[in-house]
Amino acid sequence: MTSVENTSAENNVPKNKISDIAMAEQGTSLWKDAWTRLKKNRMALFGLAVLMLFSIIALLTPWIAPYGYEQQNLDLGASPPSAQHWLGTDIFGRDLLTLIMYGGRISLAVGFVATAVALIIGVSYGAIAGYVGGRTDAFMMRMVDILYALPFMIFIILLMVVFGRNLLLLFLAIGMVEWLTMARIMRSQVQALRQQEFVEAAVSLGLGPVAIIRKHLVPNALGPIIVYTTLTIPGVMLLEAFLSFLGLGIQPPQTSWGLLISYGAETMEEFPWLLIFPGLALALTLFSLNFLGDGLRDALDVRSSKD
Amino acid sequence: MSLLNVQNLKVSFHTRNGEVKAVDDISFTVETGKITAIIGESGSGKSVACYSLLGLIPTPPGKIEGGSAVFEGNDLLQLSEAELRHIRGRDIAMIFQDPMTCLNPYMTVGHQLMEPIIYHKGVAKKEARQHAIELMEEVGIRDPDSTIDSYPHEFSGGMRQRVMIAMALINEPKLLIADEPTTALDVTIQAQILKLMADLQKKHSIGIIFISHDLAVVADIADQIIVMKKGKIVEHGDRQKIFKNAQHPYTRSLLAAIPAGTKVVSGSQSEALISIRNLNTWFGQGKHKEPVKAIKDVTLDIRRGEILGLVGESGSGKSTLGRSILRLVPITSGSISFDGVDLTELQGKDLKKMRRRMQMIFQDPYASLNPRMSVYDTLAEPLLLHKIETKKTVEQGVLKLMDDVGLARAFVRKYPHEFSGGQRQRIAIGRALATRPEFIVADEPVSALDVTIQAQILDLMLDLGKEYGLTMLFVSHDLAVVKHIADRIVVLYKGEIVEQGSGRDLFENPQQEYTRQLLQSIPGRALLG
Repeated sequence: MTSVENTSAENNVPKNKISDIAMAEQGTSLWKDAWTRLKKNRMALFGLAVLMLFSIIALLTPWIAPYGYEQQNLDLGASPPSAQHWLGTDIFGRDLLTLIMYGGRISLAVGFVATAVALIIGVSYGAIAGYVGGRTDAFMMRMVDILYALPFMIFIILLMVVFGRNLLLLFLAIGMVEWLTMARIMRSQVQALRQQEFVEAAVSLGLGPVAIIRKHLVPNALGPIIVYTTLTIPGVMLLEAFLSFLGLGIQPPQTSWGLLISYGAETMEEFPWLLIFPGLALALTLFSLNFLGDGLRDALDVRSSKD
Repeated sequence: MSLLNVQNLKVSFHTRNGEVKAVDDISFTVETGKITAIIGESGSGKSVACYSLLGLIPTPPGKIEGGSAVFEGNDLLQLSEAELRHIRGRDIAMIFQDPMTCLNPYMTVGHQLMEPIIYHKGVAKKEARQHAIELMEEVGIRDPDSTIDSYPHEFSGGMRQRVMIAMALINEPKLLIADEPTTALDVTIQAQILKLMADLQKKHSIGIIFISHDLAVVADIADQIIVMKKGKIVEHGDRQKIFKNAQHPYTRSLLAAIPAGTKVVSGSQSEALISIRNLNTWFGQGKHKEPVKAIKDVTLDIRRGEILGLVGESGSGKSTLGRSILRLVPITSGSISFDGVDLTELQGKDLKKMRRRMQMIFQDPYASLNPRMSVYDTLAEPLLLHKIETKKTVEQGVLKLMDDVGLARAFVRKYPHEFSGGQRQRIAIGRALATRPEFIVADEPVSALDVTIQAQILDLMLDLGKEYGLTMLFVSHDLAVVKHIADRIVVLYKGEIVEQGSGRDLFENPQQEYTRQLLQSIPGRALLG
């Protein structure tokens, strides 16, 4: 850096100067800097746009869906895409586009809510165990081991049997299972990070444990967490399909992408569109998630290149 | 005829920001049986120059643009990778800075020595083992018969470097390239390794290229010195000429950066700010385990406004003592009082209030700064935490701190990885000063830095110490640095204070054997006076 910049930054900087100086004027936090970097990543922006589009469609479905999801036309039966039914109809003559839109509501909600539950519980649990260490850590992680050892299907079936079938419960049950791995990843990250001198420096500044975890440890562990999160969301969506298939999740005439795919797979030789279109919707969501996840990881890593 | 003759060597790196000329047209020769030292700061191209001779730089982005390097009649730059591999390890051997990363932690030292012996000489296992033991004996490892079956972590840093040297000697190389072989070591160990290298070089009559950032290190052993800056050789000549009659201003600035002289202390003595009484800090106490006694019954006063130098080698407990005072490690027994307040019992809010009054500067400026926080965040955090500034005024506070530690204001939004080591240490100093502390523990604050940067940081600390009216505990393994900065020096050995006094007393009249040994280890005393 030259001395020209030293003096110019103090007073008024020409707007077209190096972007660092522009950032010195407006940027304030890690998150704002990350957003600046994310904006330059086209793939990530594409992913974000697709996800937002899907979410908006999901929210507005009851008003914008071309047909009601219970509306059958048994005479029509399974028909290929046509002017009336853009994506065709299923064996009961229901409009596939409508089904995919309604299915998206369930799938996206399960994916995001259950993952959010897993993220919040897992990250805080793992960070506390890793930071406190000693006996607390040993106790907390043995609890995780015990939960790991439980066959999770039995756990969910048990929950469903006791509390009855309930969408909210499904979210919770899946989240309860998925946070275990998150906690382990977070703990190992925190354990490695707390050895670093910048944590010691934070202690000697007088910061409390909560502030140290929030400001110093979690931001540095974000990379693996984001990657694992983008892997968890599709996993959760498929898990919901599996549970629904077993009759433990949601039931017809309600539907989800997972359910549509599993029905479509049964008849894929006669009516391939019943598999292709729901599959496409899920695949597009997963691609978008991965692009966004990669972009976020790079954007939050301040060491990645600035251009 | 010279052993290695390098002519017009040019190496450049092609990066996104354009071509960087790492080595720009340098020529030098290395003679058999002589030590040639290449001196320069980080990024001067001194390592690149040597690595490129052996085909060890990554290509791309690196590229050898031209020149020749004749070694025993062959131009190294023209050889194929297979031919180079033949020469590497056999005729030219290398020693690196960090002996720990060069040894496989899962293999015994003996195995790692025997493997190349068996490979290169085709001898039986038993014979190779005998040879390995002889080598270890030669490099001064005690009890090689039993230590040969130890793992690298059971060795100290100095011992590991000896193993590396033994490994380099296996094939009786004609040229040895040593890249900062003592930088990671304590001063006392450094002196031993330097002596070993000089002895071996005489005995085997090999040529040595010794790469270092520190002129003082090579003052006692080098025959010929080459000073590099920004890829060019700015001066070269024999040792006497460089030290007594340096021509180039850069060489002079390197010489001036070597900490020298003893601080003159005014006679007045103020009252104690910190009183430590019978302090013990032990680690790993268990029912069936003998604890590691890092600090044993230390009693010490730190007077208001003084810079107290704390000297000792690795494992002497000097860092632990500093951390014990700051309550960063739990103490076992004893008392520490700070301005009349007993620190050992403090909890919660009271402790936070005291933390504001005492701060720490760490050794490694790469690890002590949160990589996800910009300079602004790093400096604003303590200001806001202790309500020294409000949200509205914090920006001014941050900029003021940056001015104080000599960082350009334009860097305020940059992240630690964008700075050099010296600049990072300035950020760390700024953070420590942010709380307006009365007392600072500086734990080896300059030992990870180049000599020229080291001098700048030391001066900065002296200036700030005066400006802020600081009391400082300056921890270091290097007596030369401590003598330069400290008013009073305490020597710590195996957790106990063995000697204390003013710099002058200690240097002119050391009472203890250990202190004398420390003094003798300062490199280049003879030439630098």
